[in-house]
Amino acid sequence: MARYLSIIDSAYRATIEEQDDTAVWFTHAMKNGGADVSILLRGDAVNYAVSNQDAKGVRFGARTVKGPDMVRDIKAVVEKKIPLYAVADDLAERGISISQLIPGVEQIQRRGIAKLIDGHDHILTW
Amino acid sequence: MATITIGIMDPPYESANTPTAFRLVEAAIRKGHNVNVFCYEGATALGYAGQKQHPNAVHGASLEEEDHPNPKEWIESLLAFAGEKKVKLVWCNCGLCVDERGVENQVEGVCRGSPVDAWKYAEGSDGVLLIGTE
Repeated sequence: MARYLSIIDSAYRATIEEQDDTAVWFTHAMKNGGADVSILLRGDAVNYAVSNQDAKGVRFGARTVKGPDMVRDIKAVVEKKIPLYAVADDLAERGISISQLIPGVEQIQRRGIAKLIDGHDHILTW
Repeated sequence: MATITIGIMDPPYESANTPTAFRLVEAAIRKGHNVNVFCYEGATALGYAGQKQHPNAVHGASLEEEDHPNPKEWIESLLAFAGEKKVKLVWCNCGLCVDERGVENQVEGVCRGSPVDAWKYAEGSDGVLLIGTE
């Protein structure tokens, strides 16, 4: 079976309307269908790995919006045994410490991305 | 009380610009200002009445639990909110953009216009903000 790597760079693109990140959602759906997939968070998307984020509370007039629950979704990815990587350099540039990360997120150095890509057959970039 | 015109261009479900624009409209209404919204290109699908909620298997949520937010409901809610606050909210679509996309079936309260209408809204406003697509 071919191995897929989802590289997610765009962050919080339409998460209020979709109530999730569509790239994370798509990858999770692939896994549910039996695919061999991994996720690499890079750029602003490394913030998805932060454990205490909360985007709830938006409302437009009387219409309340549940909003995305990225902590729930990233924890679900980890529990589903989807390998989840985050670029350590991108975390550091944004001042995100290891203690802030959701358990199960593996950090890799930027210089290690090429090797990670080489270990997969297909790359999905989002 | 001021009058503000906001232009939106992004289609639904594609950009953080969209909820940002809606939040600005809500804030202006809440503060008692009149608002004109002109939707151009993909943003004309925001009020498309055919939008439907769905369950979400990845979230393990039923249709009711997911309570998926469709922007057509946000428009309806903001129009009602403006009525409550006794301010005027105009939600106008570029008619040609609507035709191109086949999204003529819009929620009640959304009107059809042209760039000339957008210009007239701007002329009659104290402030204008165009949130273009990237």
